[in-house]
Amino acid sequence: MKPRDLSDLAFRNLREAILRNALTTLGVAVGVASLVAMLSLGVGLQQLASKRLSQSGLFDTIFVTPKNNFRGMGRPQREAGSDKPPRVLDEDARKEMEKLPNVVEVYPQVRFFTEVRFNNKPFATVVAGMPDSSKNSGSFDGMQGNFFSSPGANEAILQIEFAKDLSDKPASLIGQELILRYAEREAIPSGGDSTSPGGGFSVVPKELRLKIVGIVETEPAAGYGGYGNARLLMPLATASTLRAAQVSDLRDIVRDNSSNKATYPSLSVRAKSPSHVEALETSLRSMGFAAFSLLDASKSLRTFFSVFDLLLGIFGSLALAVATLGIVNTLVMAILERRREIGVLKALGAADSDVQQLFFVEAGVMGLFGGFLGVFFGWGLGRAITMGTNLYLKRQNLNPIELSSVPWWLVLSAIAFAILVSLAAGLYPASRAAKLNPVDALRYE
Amino acid sequence: MPNADPAIHLDHVSRNYTMGETTIRAVNDVSLSVAANEFLALLGSSGSGKSTLLNLIAGLDRPTTGSIHADGQNLAALSSLELARYRCNTIGMIFQSFNLLPRMTLEENVELPLRLAEVEHAERPGRVREALERVRLTHRLGHRPTELSGGEQQRVAIARALVNRPKILLADEPTGNLDSATGEAILALLRDVQRTLGMTIVMVTHERPLAERYADRLATMGDGKLLGGSESAKGTAQ
Repeated sequence: MKPRDLSDLAFRNLREAILRNALTTLGVAVGVASLVAMLSLGVGLQQLASKRLSQSGLFDTIFVTPKNNFRGMGRPQREAGSDKPPRVLDEDARKEMEKLPNVVEVYPQVRFFTEVRFNNKPFATVVAGMPDSSKNSGSFDGMQGNFFSSPGANEAILQIEFAKDLSDKPASLIGQELILRYAEREAIPSGGDSTSPGGGFSVVPKELRLKIVGIVETEPAAGYGGYGNARLLMPLATASTLRAAQVSDLRDIVRDNSSNKATYPSLSVRAKSPSHVEALETSLRSMGFAAFSLLDASKSLRTFFSVFDLLLGIFGSLALAVATLGIVNTLVMAILERRREIGVLKALGAADSDVQQLFFVEAGVMGLFGGFLGVFFGWGLGRAITMGTNLYLKRQNLNPIELSSVPWWLVLSAIAFAILVSLAAGLYPASRAAKLNPVDALRYE
Repeated sequence: MPNADPAIHLDHVSRNYTMGETTIRAVNDVSLSVAANEFLALLGSSGSGKSTLLNLIAGLDRPTTGSIHADGQNLAALSSLELARYRCNTIGMIFQSFNLLPRMTLEENVELPLRLAEVEHAERPGRVREALERVRLTHRLGHRPTELSGGEQQRVAIARALVNRPKILLADEPTGNLDSATGEAILALLRDVQRTLGMTIVMVTHERPLAERYADRLATMGDGKLLGGSESAKGTAQ
């Protein structure tokens, strides 16, 4: 039979026992819906996790230090001895790194321990400079107040615990000013005597007034490295101009620093995406620096989610397996009912394959409709779960999240899977119908 | 009058069924020739094997022994698919209980063999109309079989059997479910079809008087065998 005639007859047959076929199709739809809902949660959680992690700068950031740097964080030095003299991390090196492909930005770590005066009372804290890109990192989502008005503004964002130290009503702090007291380095010019160790700096106490523009609940992780969690955040550009004395400066004095240029203890190189990190690490190492990233950790995260998705998929498929039995049952019933009709078709010249294809198409159509309906139901179920979760999160004063996600590949593969499973379910009934003896079938009343 | 070259030739055909340990010889060593354009009536009481013989000629069943040739084809040599094509293109069948599909309109019922024969869509409406004109039912194209009388339903079945322009028409008790007047009208229609289209007809019936009036030749079966050869019928009715 021609495909058009085949589908025409199949639809006619499906319409005939509309209630039974609709219920069977609904069974397939429920099966597909459970599969789609499960997988959409898996995909959604994975996206949520990788979005948060990539925004946090943990997986797209490479931590660069000079090769001979004793970082003192217990991390092993990755590169073994090399003949080249160790390069210093200065402004030239930074510019060179910025020119590497797929680099978004290169910024130094500015973190220092200092004192803040507010209402004439001193508070000790750690100050960190935040690159402008951290605005989009997700760390500042749901903050009170605003992010820095410009990359070089004299503004501060407080971590909530610190804000609570300053005032009983943290929210009232926004708009007020505090005074940052810090120690500025002032380089001592070398005396021109080549035998003297030369260089070094004196420390001059300075003050800077900062306007509090926001309060953040989380602890923004601007890359890693440094020491302690910063409780007062200010724009990186502002923090850099302070030339505040940092712990690493002491090391610079002991080191033979032939150039008087400012050097960085470490730089963070941010890649366009985690997939570029590996190649960038290699080029940074070939430039003569030590490079480190958390890429390996993100790889194991992906492995975890593939296993997680697989498990969700297996549980979701159980309902579809039950629906498959429904299709087999419906079609076997249809054979009994349409015994005589099958006999007539064969007497009129239908080949076994025609009868087989007819039942196959009927199973496939139920799968197709069940698949479409199921994707819709599954999407709705995912939305409902997301809405329910967000309602709960809102009550807990937490930010809403996108828990489920139905990407195109999931829609298409769910429908394809539904059709495939339905065709497999139609295999037995179709071959049974095809083998029906027309003489017996015509005698059957 | 029939031509010399047989349209159907059965050579020592037997069809046995086994039920438990007993073997039933439904058709027992039957040899029979039906000439082209001949109208043969196959008479016999129920269980005499005449319907089984018809199913063998229709290619719905295969003989246990012996050979059947129809329209120059040896049915034993045909594959299951080729046998389906043979039923589709060479044979038209009508039944005692009409066997129209109740969910389809007359037009759709008659179109069914065209679908199976993969006739082009554009050609179908004309072929359906032509077949229904022959049985004078064009005014009820959109009706369903249940809305028709028994005689009308059998006429639709004849139109369905003719729509693929077969050479052989096989009729299994076509008047069995009809009153005598309607039955007679159906037989008249069959004879008209045989004469105008030049078809070979094999009709199974147990109504001897009707068969005598419309068929060219009568053959009688009993216990699976042909009894005493065949006799010429008058075929006098117009």
